[in-house]
Amino acid sequence: MSFEPKIVAFLCHWCSYTGADLAGTSRIKYSPAVRIVRVMCSGRIEPSFVLKALREGADGVLVCGCHPGDCHYLEGNYKCLRRFIMLKQVVRQLGVDPARLRLEWVSASEGDHFAKLADAFTEQVRQLGPLAGTARLEASEGRSTWGS
Amino acid sequence: MAARAPRIGVYVCHCGVNISSVVDVAAVVEAAFREPGVAVARDYKFVCSAPGQEMIENDIATQLLDRVVVAACSPRMHEETFRNVCLRRGLSPYFVQMVNIREQDSWVTVDPARATEKAIALTRAAIRRVRYHEPLISREVSVHPAVLIIGGGIAGIQAALTVADAGKQVYLVEKTPTIGGHMARFDKTFPTLDCSACILTPKMNSVGAHPNITLLTSSELVGISGYIGNFQATIRTRARYVDHDLCNGCGACIRKCPKRVPSEFDEGLAKRKAIYVPFPQAVPNKPVIDAESCVHFAKPGKCRACTKACEVGAIRLDDAPRDQTVTVGAVIMATGFEPYRGPALAQYGHGRLENVYTSLEFERLNNAAGPTEGRIVLRNGESPRSVAILHCIGSRDKNHQAYCSRVCCMYSLKFAHLVKEKTGAEVYQFYIDIRSPGKAYEEFYDRIREEGAHLIRGKVGEVTDRAISDDEKGKLVVVAENSLTRQRLRVPVDMVILSTGLAAAPGTLEISKVLKCATDKDGFVIEKHPKLAPVETANDGIYLAGCCQGPKDIPDTVAQGQAAASLALQLMARGKVEVEGRTARTMEEHCVACRICNSLCPYNAISFDEERRKTVVNEVLCKGCGTCAAACPSGAVHARHFKDEQMFCEIEGVLAS
Repeated sequence: MSFEPKIVAFLCHWCSYTGADLAGTSRIKYSPAVRIVRVMCSGRIEPSFVLKALREGADGVLVCGCHPGDCHYLEGNYKCLRRFIMLKQVVRQLGVDPARLRLEWVSASEGDHFAKLADAFTEQVRQLGPLAGTARLEASEGRSTWGS
Repeated sequence: MAARAPRIGVYVCHCGVNISSVVDVAAVVEAAFREPGVAVARDYKFVCSAPGQEMIENDIATQLLDRVVVAACSPRMHEETFRNVCLRRGLSPYFVQMVNIREQDSWVTVDPARATEKAIALTRAAIRRVRYHEPLISREVSVHPAVLIIGGGIAGIQAALTVADAGKQVYLVEKTPTIGGHMARFDKTFPTLDCSACILTPKMNSVGAHPNITLLTSSELVGISGYIGNFQATIRTRARYVDHDLCNGCGACIRKCPKRVPSEFDEGLAKRKAIYVPFPQAVPNKPVIDAESCVHFAKPGKCRACTKACEVGAIRLDDAPRDQTVTVGAVIMATGFEPYRGPALAQYGHGRLENVYTSLEFERLNNAAGPTEGRIVLRNGESPRSVAILHCIGSRDKNHQAYCSRVCCMYSLKFAHLVKEKTGAEVYQFYIDIRSPGKAYEEFYDRIREEGAHLIRGKVGEVTDRAISDDEKGKLVVVAENSLTRQRLRVPVDMVILSTGLAAAPGTLEISKVLKCATDKDGFVIEKHPKLAPVETANDGIYLAGCCQGPKDIPDTVAQGQAAASLALQLMARGKVEVEGRTARTMEEHCVACRICNSLCPYNAISFDEERRKTVVNEVLCKGCGTCAAACPSGAVHARHFKDEQMFCEIEGVLAS
């Protein structure tokens, strides 16, 4: 049986999550491997969310926000982009192929684009194989990482 | 962690068969029961229905639930519904978490087993997350009793009058020097054939004279801040070079102006002066100078004919743009449409063959106040003996605009009537399908057919002046196929009218960017819900009227203008609005005064208390994007409702197996 990856997709509420909803209302089918987690803005996505997902068993992480210039909160997507570029460097040092992470802009009208992206990224991660087979971020201090 | 272990109720919706035909809802319920803290888990046909809501309410009361998870449609659809269910039972509305197993699962997944697996994972994530939800307090803010309306076409005019007549202040912002929009440029309106100007200009005058309306023409919205109930809008008024307070509208300056340029109002078919009033019934009926055409601005210091002509000294050649900021409680976007001006026009010879007109050019030609005073004539001044009207130019065509523009069939039929009435010419209509859904529209279509217009079903391939027979000489030849008889046709005519579709106005895109409203692939603004909230946007307090939302005819535009106004008035009548409690907060004991977050906030909601050496979030200004929380290295800034522990539990949940 071919390997079925697990993918977590962090989507901003205003553009990308709405775009994903549009894929649904338009009945456009895409990979069920992609599990969506909603945030209000892609600027909220902490690098630790992505690392947490990889540690909990995700084979790939997709991050989607509004197109440049369209952020509901003016510039959260730019902040997301900056953190994402840095995060790709960090995961490389952890032995994770940065191709397991992807950042894309998806607008509220791009249901079709989101579905295609979900399929393409699933395929990309499938080609990379299970993360556990290469390097799994091991939990060093129990399950929970948050402080207080 | 909550002091008492929360008791969670999980409700899995069938949504008729929308969910249950793909997802095994019973399996989702079973999986939910295995999660710690779940006291009740049920599936139900329609959880959003009245009995569905009652079921949850009863469970909250009898099973002592303090958290609710609803696995159904998108939270964008029904989160509010289930928050209200909690509120009615005295539970914080923030104790609800929705799981999107319809738009993001059953509707997008082919394999039922995998859809069920996904639904279970998403539900588990919500159950784990909801345990950490906190009872946030929604803030109540007062609503400023004024409305900003952007766009002075019939949609904006109608909205402005509705709001102003209710006694609230209106700022009506119009980009061009006059209100009236496209409707002011039409001659007759379908299907009643009443005169457009006769029904519009009284409304325009009411706007100009209304004590509650501040009319800002030659103006644009350039920035907005704030939130529902309290927006601060910055409006830029371009230099008009005429002091409208002093000007008495005598027109002496216009008569003396030596420069003539094509009139935008007349689609370039007539000329106007560099100092001009767009059309005789313009509101305000006072001139402006178009600096790009004016001799004085091309050669500084020259001309000044207008200055010399003006008896009241109203010409201000040193005028400059002015910005002003107004406070409003609501915004209505009414930025209209733009007629299709794309490459399909050239395909049918527009711009190359002189007697090929667009529909808007024809409207001006036919208008009693237009360049020919309403005579339908060819460029050589002769009356046409035959006219072809080509439907769907740019519309219903994947290469241009895939959608139907809704009004072109009807105005094309109107053209047929007007051509017949004024010239007696033969009229050939080339259509794909006749679409006449509206009150008295189908009857109008019947009437035009009875008047003897030739209706030919078939899309035109080209319009050419190359004659292949004697009766085609000197004519425009419309080449088409009759798709009913499969005959190829060559129809020689004197005049061709291209019935162009409606496109999104460039201004709609600009303003939607300023207002942060999403636009669809065609450039129209996306409404909150295509059926049930067609006047609202995803942004609270911002409403839509007219063609900026999508092509529509005048009655629908007027109805939407009134609807948008009534939503704004609803806010004003309530006087107060609740603003989301999902804001950021600093846990001061953890703040190490690194100040990384201080410069990140796009709303300047974060300040630094120098005395206490702590960062402080102003919750009234905060909009809850969470970028400060994402940046804080000590985890001292909490993005409420999207806190680290809530997010981590959700991530664990979607991946748990």
